Amino acid sequence: MPEKNDRDIAVLGAGMHPWGKWGRNFVEYGLVAARVALADAGVNQLDIGYIAGADTIRNGYPGFVSGATFAQALGWSGARISSSYAACASGAQAVANARAQILAGLCEVALVVGADTTPKGFFQPVGGERRDDPDWLRFHLLGATNPIYFALYARRRMALHGATLDDFAAVKVKNARHGLNNPNARYRKEVSVEEIAASAIVSDPLRLLDICATSDGGAALVLTSMEYARRHGIADPVRISALSTVTPTFPKTVLDLPDFATDSSVAVEPQARTFRSAIAHAAYEEAGLGPEDLSFAEVYDLSTALELDWYEDIGLCETGGAEQLLRSGATTLGGRVPVNPSGGLACFGEAIPAQAIAQICELTWQLRGQADGRQVENARAGIAVNQGLFGHGSAIIATR
Amino acid sequence: MQKEQRPAVADWFTADDGVVRLQGSRCDACGTPYFPRNALACRNPHCAGPKDGSELVEYLFSTRGRIWSYADARYKPPPPYVSPDPFEPYVVAAVELEVEQMVILGQVVRGLTVDDLAVGMPVELTSGTLYEDDEAEHTVWMWRPIDA
Repeated sequence: MPEKNDRDIAVLGAGMHPWGKWGRNFVEYGLVAARVALADAGVNQLDIGYIAGADTIRNGYPGFVSGATFAQALGWSGARISSSYAACASGAQAVANARAQILAGLCEVALVVGADTTPKGFFQPVGGERRDDPDWLRFHLLGATNPIYFALYARRRMALHGATLDDFAAVKVKNARHGLNNPNARYRKEVSVEEIAASAIVSDPLRLLDICATSDGGAALVLTSMEYARRHGIADPVRISALSTVTPTFPKTVLDLPDFATDSSVAVEPQARTFRSAIAHAAYEEAGLGPEDLSFAEVYDLSTALELDWYEDIGLCETGGAEQLLRSGATTLGGRVPVNPSGGLACFGEAIPAQAIAQICELTWQLRGQADGRQVENARAGIAVNQGLFGHGSAIIATR
Repeated sequence: MQKEQRPAVADWFTADDGVVRLQGSRCDACGTPYFPRNALACRNPHCAGPKDGSELVEYLFSTRGRIWSYADARYKPPPPYVSPDPFEPYVVAAVELEVEQMVILGQVVRGLTVDDLAVGMPVELTSGTLYEDDEAEHTVWMWRPIDA
């Protein structure tokens, strides 16, 4: 690994409330996760200078001001706070806020918390008739649910790169195995190719078991300056070496949720790197390493097919090479670069504001060698990536 | 009696000249077309136009393209989609327009399934009924295979 740069911060604590469909208030999940992370770090709550909350938009006002909500639940301590929403990248945005505070010297210890309680079934736009909101309109005029977009990408892979339904199923089988022993995963059960083929088609070509569920869960991190970690006797902590939240560049040529259309390429030649690829690239540049340095990756497998897109986007293989990489076993635990050793969204389901934070929890446990039953051998560097709606996304690289 | 046909959204598509076309806008300065209509300012950061909206003019899109990808819905989506009871599956296609060099989503004409489509298939724009209530048939733009 490269020498630590002066923009590293330390991850001293990681904690989660197990994912599930518990149906309780999201604050409870966040509080449990925060307490676990604080205990893991051995940090007193009163030493936290900054609390960054990742917002949930489906749980009323407390969800929109999650920083304050979690700060109050922990007991007001006078910490500075922030609350951020960035769709699926909300957790990463909260980490970014905390990181900037630490790197600017404005605080030494920060707590990042995200949690969600989700309704059953398809995500739907938040309430009200909003005829100027593309997220409302895509449901009303097209019936374009999230799985429709996932299925459009999946079909495109099949047509362009020869992906098969068996490849998609193999991603699910792999991730289900990875997550078997993960105590925080919601689904801990082997899944067979036959079971996937027998599950209902939701949006052709994707079946129910190809698409991630919506879950309840909470995750938290205690982040500190490298100097603080050293002072507390931790010479070799897990480090966050890069965090990228770049936007797409015009013209954006890949349809994203909730778009009705891509940008036009009439006036400007599209960049070689599409959005997801650009997010990862910016993180590699910042960390001063490349895909060949990765021990493993946590990618946002909203669908099985999307995991294959990510292989290419984060540079594990060339465009069109994902099926071969998967079939070679390279991305399975024990392979060259395991992907989603946690079990991924396939085993967790999505708890939006908690998910990017949960990915960093997994990076932390893997890099510490504490990922019992799913440990990547000799893990030294990992990337966690996700894509949200409306042009939000993130990539975070952690090293040790 | 035939119910009134009414666009489910105003000014996103038109059939005024007998041909169904998507209505959007286009930047006079750099030539970038927008759908849905962009009236605020050209979003091309390299465009040298005034970027105050005055560069954006009404634009009618070309009507033919090729399927970039397609998918169907087998389960009733949540509101604000208006589903008939019982639910009828529908197909959504992303279509690449050669002239505008962009991909635009639309439902595929009812009665077709994913088995009738393929990536690269030529399609053209038409309109069809999105949903029906006591007052009217609410219409929307739809893609249909050419020669189908």
